[in-house]
Amino acid sequence: MDSALVQLKFRDPARAAALEHALVAQAKRIGRAPVSIMHVCGSHEQAIAKFGLRAAFPDELDVVMGPGCPVCVTDVPEVDEAVALALAGVRVATYGDMLRVPGTSRSLADARAAGAKVDVVYGVAQAAELARTLAEPLVFFASGFETTAVATAAVLLADPPPNLSILSAHKYIPPVMEIVAEMPGSKIEGFLAAGHAATITGWGVFERFVARHRVPVVVAGFEPLDILAGLVRLVELIADGDVRVENAYPRCVSRDGNREAQARLWRVFEPQGGRWRGIAHVPNGNLRLRDELAAFDARRRFADEIARGLAQLWDHAPPALVAQCQCGDIMAGIASPHDCALFGRECTPDAPVGACMVSTEGTCRIWHQYGGHPDLRQLRRRAS
Amino acid sequence: MCLGVPGRVLAVAGDVAQVDFWGVTKQVRLDVIDAPVAPGDYVLNHVGFAIRRIPAEEIGETLALYDELLRRAGADDLMAADVRGELDATDRRRDG
Amino acid sequence: MRNARFVEDTITLKYGAGGSAMRALIEQVFAPGFGAVEGGIGLPEMDDGAALPLGDGRFLVITTDSHVVSPPFFPGGDIGRLAVCGTVNDLAMMGATEPLALTCAAILEDGLPRADLERIWASIRRACEEAGTTIVTGDTKVMRHGELDRIAIATTGVAIAPRIVSDRGLRPGDRVIVTGTVGDHGLAILATRGELALQTQLVSDVAPINGLVRAALAAGRDRVVAMKDPTRGGLASALHEMADKSGVGIVLDERAVPVRDEVRAAGELLGIDPLLVANEGKAVIGVRPDAADAVLAALRAHPLGGSAAIVGECIAERAGSVIVETGFGRRLLGEAEGELQPRIC
Repeated sequence: MDSALVQLKFRDPARAAALEHALVAQAKRIGRAPVSIMHVCGSHEQAIAKFGLRAAFPDELDVVMGPGCPVCVTDVPEVDEAVALALAGVRVATYGDMLRVPGTSRSLADARAAGAKVDVVYGVAQAAELARTLAEPLVFFASGFETTAVATAAVLLADPPPNLSILSAHKYIPPVMEIVAEMPGSKIEGFLAAGHAATITGWGVFERFVARHRVPVVVAGFEPLDILAGLVRLVELIADGDVRVENAYPRCVSRDGNREAQARLWRVFEPQGGRWRGIAHVPNGNLRLRDELAAFDARRRFADEIARGLAQLWDHAPPALVAQCQCGDIMAGIASPHDCALFGRECTPDAPVGACMVSTEGTCRIWHQYGGHPDLRQLRRRAS
Repeated sequence: MCLGVPGRVLAVAGDVAQVDFWGVTKQVRLDVIDAPVAPGDYVLNHVGFAIRRIPAEEIGETLALYDELLRRAGADDLMAADVRGELDATDRRRDG
Repeated sequence: MRNARFVEDTITLKYGAGGSAMRALIEQVFAPGFGAVEGGIGLPEMDDGAALPLGDGRFLVITTDSHVVSPPFFPGGDIGRLAVCGTVNDLAMMGATEPLALTCAAILEDGLPRADLERIWASIRRACEEAGTTIVTGDTKVMRHGELDRIAIATTGVAIAPRIVSDRGLRPGDRVIVTGTVGDHGLAILATRGELALQTQLVSDVAPINGLVRAALAAGRDRVVAMKDPTRGGLASALHEMADKSGVGIVLDERAVPVRDEVRAAGELLGIDPLLVANEGKAVIGVRPDAADAVLAALRAHPLGGSAAIVGECIAERAGSVIVETGFGRRLLGEAEGELQPRIC
């Protein structure tokens, strides 16, 4: 099958228009507004923004982004650990997104400007390659959810260079959905689950969530048709009062997921409770390296350097702007970027105040890039 | 840490595949894939690792899923019927 | 989303990237103190060049460009070709399609191989021939090793034109034409970065387009009301500027924008939108609706305009904004603030 044709099938405008009509029809069946749906994936938000899907959603439907930006939810103490390492003279490699996320007072970019050795890499594999060319130790500041953690695990299990270690800020999504569903005042009636994380974990992991919280979950892919179809099914389930998990991404997701990947993930990592930025404690939400891999755990290998470096961070007062930052509420899906007084003014991608504006998967960054969330439905459609 | 992108496998050498993404070629690691991969297969790539082999027949399954959703939503909806006609015509043009 | 920017205390890379930061720099640091050109176009307009009235109805058009591209040799061209085409094309964007001559100043790094220099100069000669122009004067400096990245070239071009086309003449109803595929140059350059480990057939589109523009002007005459070349900052930047300066909104049909498959694929893999990426052989042309088809036909008949397309329409609402019809919905077109960072998948 022709690859262009493959992609074309999931971006066919005629089917998209039909699915948009279907979405309107299903939303009407619910007969009230708003109907709030949450997704927990930066890539879903990017696709929705890039394809301008919100302009085609029915008025009753409110699709909110939850804590699905891995960089954004990396907590201040975790960033501080990375910055502390860098300030203590240890070489740190990180994703470009993470470079400018502020900790208590400084980001890795600030540390670099002050003379620390910080490399930007595209992934853990590149960090390992870089480590092989170096005589000194290299710490990879590993952020990302379970899909990305699989890559880190794979590298650690495939004869990694001895000078490489991992500062794990990896996170696990299913536990945070529980937290969001339990939030007082939460009006979320259904969740759109991230298709690529589910490729790894399988959709079965959501069954317990659905049974406990009595809201439907639909696993969706990332092409425009995938997202629209996922939403149609989710709204249909809400309209029917039907509480279940459904898979709208069968070409990539199965009930059990990718066992190979899971095996590696859980051989290297174990879940641990911890804080997510803005979300408070998430039981089992963080992925930490198991004891067997202590040699590659930067927290254990460089405990002294981290402690030393942290001491240097407390002499700066946090910027006054941080107090006005609404990243926490935005990530929990209870505020939108437009609710934040700093959005687009003091807080821009180039001069970010909070993590949501730094990361390419942050709600604020995406909205800023794609022109905010203006109401473009009123604009007369151009006659073709 | 980003969107997984599907590509077509050109060649496999041990644990590494050469994958074509519509004219751009990149090496992808096969450490964590749960099915054997051969040239011509489609794989889903995330940060340089293939996380899924996408069977070609499931493309059709997905389209059938969309159509079923449309059918259920649009049983009484005349507008949807118009669009369905357009869809069929598009499919015929494309597959013909 | 466009907010008024203030220039910070230190100049950083983003100020040279062709986006909103660079425009802020020009507006707030460079332009103040230099007034308008009476009856012509000067620095305050920040157009592709300047136009000085000669008193007999014609204009002297002048433009200058500097180039520091890395790598100096890339698929489809090199810094020499870029230096000539950049200036020739800026003149063409003002409506001056017959350059009288170019100047060329070269700053060289101590250690630059002579063979590289000769290769670049052969390229300059070829580009001049294609454009129908020549270099008539120049300058040479050499800097210490390490103080400059191999070579920097600055060119200035002059021409006489009977009619000037600015970048601000759009009115509601006007059509927006793009003369060919977008994203080619910027993504070809990005893909050469070794650490991305991509193999591509991406090629820069760097070419002199004065002949192409001549054909468009011959067909459209005074119905061609605005032109701009989408260099750094891409189509997005050019459209935003034209919309902003003209006081119109633009509705862009994303599906109509010609993009090569490989460019689109590379953009998806790198997380970079081809609409934001530099082009060096393309033009954005605003045309009154009654002449759009004629101009399009003339472009398509030219060897460099085979992929030309009408991609947008101007509206009265939302002046300064560019609304994108994606085929699935609608969004506002963003703009790169500074350097584009790839995110590899």
